[in-house]
Amino acid sequence: MVIPRKKRVIPDGLWIKCEACNGLIYRKAMVERSYVCPVCDYHFRIPARERIRITLDEGSFQELWPNMEPTDPLNFKDRISYSERVRMEQERTGLKDAVLVGTGAIHSRKIVFGVTDSNFIMGSMGSVVGEKISRAATTAQEMKVPVVIISGSGGGARMHEGMFSLMQMAKTSAAISRLKEAGGVFISVLTDPTMGGVMASYASLGDIILAEPGALIGFAGPRVIEQTIKKTLPEGFQTSEFLLEHGFLDMIVSRQDMRRELARLIDFMVGPPSGLPINIETTPTITTLGEEISEKNKNGIMED
Amino acid sequence: MEVQDNNSILQVAQRGLSNAGVIAPVTEVPSGEVPVNSLSPYDIVKLARHPLRPLTSDYVTLMLDDFIELHGDRLFGDDRSTITGFARIENRRFMLIGQQKGKNTKERLLCNFGMSNPEGYRKALQKMKLAERLGLPVVTLIDTPGANPDIGAEERGQAYAIAENILQMLRLTTPIVSIVIGEGGSGGALGIGVCDKFSIMEYAYCSVISPEGCAAILWKDAENAPEAASALKLTAKDLLEQGLVEEIIPEPKGGAHLNPPKSASTLKTFILKYLEELSTIPKDHLLSLRNSRYMKIGCYKEENFNGE
Ligand SMILES: [Zn+2]
Repeated sequence: MVIPRKKRVIPDGLWIKCEACNGLIYRKAMVERSYVCPVCDYHFRIPARERIRITLDEGSFQELWPNMEPTDPLNFKDRISYSERVRMEQERTGLKDAVLVGTGAIHSRKIVFGVTDSNFIMGSMGSVVGEKISRAATTAQEMKVPVVIISGSGGGARMHEGMFSLMQMAKTSAAISRLKEAGGVFISVLTDPTMGGVMASYASLGDIILAEPGALIGFAGPRVIEQTIKKTLPEGFQTSEFLLEHGFLDMIVSRQDMRRELARLIDFMVGPPSGLPINIETTPTITTLGEEISEKNKNGIMED
Repeated sequence: MEVQDNNSILQVAQRGLSNAGVIAPVTEVPSGEVPVNSLSPYDIVKLARHPLRPLTSDYVTLMLDDFIELHGDRLFGDDRSTITGFARIENRRFMLIGQQKGKNTKERLLCNFGMSNPEGYRKALQKMKLAERLGLPVVTLIDTPGANPDIGAEERGQAYAIAENILQMLRLTTPIVSIVIGEGGSGGALGIGVCDKFSIMEYAYCSVISPEGCAAILWKDAENAPEAASALKLTAKDLLEQGLVEEIIPEPKGGAHLNPPKSASTLKTFILKYLEELSTIPKDHLLSLRNSRYMKIGCYKEENFNGE
């Protein structure tokens, strides 16, 4: 479990203040740009349903196991009980737990799709998230289609379900392991934030690992590290750009390019869908040296 | 100096602590009878962290008939928080992987208090792979507050190292036994804890997060660690009730630190029993049993579409 930073929910209102550049953005313009700041390219955190809307072909998502809900195996209580917390989070987010899983398509390429919502108990992984991610992998294996999971979890393994949560790390990894051994393909997309037990299990096990720009990604939370080493952390620490530089990502993909890039990757990994004309842009892309990724950090995308 | 009388157990434990000149006393010792099962979960956490509690290195000396320590991850370094090597008890050979906190200040610094870096997990994996090639089973002893939260660890992919270990341990074709001998600190413990037989010593604990960390987040104050320890259900007894451990390995009354040789001899018996049991299971079956066991873990409810 990781200590959260301040909540980053998109506020209501016609105008939105960008958390990164402080610019005022017309809400509609930002929604059209998939919640990316037109001024500084900051990628806002978005709810799971919005993620589905901007990632999958319109109307293609068929949710699987929509009725799965958490229980309270430890009878956990802090200042409020876990059951009460779940009820409140469900009411607030309209979700049963922090994950949505289903079948869908990206540019007509069929996939099994999963997304965690960093806004539901910090996107943490308890039994429901673990079970649904595992079933997603197993279903992809049965359907012989790739599985794409977009993770956003500041919470890692969920405290309120104790060791059951920790064991979801092994469970999801077991499902991914089976998928891979059966020849299946798993693309893991990391978004702001992906930390702790989620990052130390299935999210790290993608055949391909992508991240959105400027996302916080790591094992230990930045505050925990700061408290331990009693130093301020270097700028850009634990960002997507930091991970790319250290060899832990295949690529950083802007949210607006995500659909196209996923489709291109799927075509390379499992072949394009038969009978379908190539309906996406396929220009070779290569990093231009000198246009260093760290340049992006200076644009004020980083925070804290 | 095994203590029979329940009342004196806490006093001895407390004396152990003040002798070592560390942290707070185990607990307030009320007058009169104090049965062992009156220890609170947080008392047990403190016992698991007791500075005199036997460590992996003690069990190597007290329990093994032979041991050759093997170093290095072949990638970056040799993480002293993880001891690895060829081990033998009687005629049973195996690869021992044990987390190590250090016995004194100097050692503790070298071992980083048992908090492994990625190279610790990679060292463990490299030795497990060697064991697999040689057809040797693996025994892991878990004793870590958690994986090291540090800049270097993140730079070298702490999350990836743990995830890779989990994946590879699910696939390792030789038997794996994991025993929590002290602290089973979240992902740092699971990084060497995926196995066929998972057991825990009586006064050890295993948790998704440290009670202090949990208290800091949910109670907004680390001072609430005792409440968090209770809420997290992290004791050996809790884990047994949750069906997550095979069984509880008993300790001398009052804790392993009061009689390390006896603890070692009990631990030895259990390890030999597990190795014996696992040695007869065919490879394919072993892997499918191991995987299914993890695939089954979880508590959720799922209503039928028909509302059944
Ligand atoms: Zn902006």
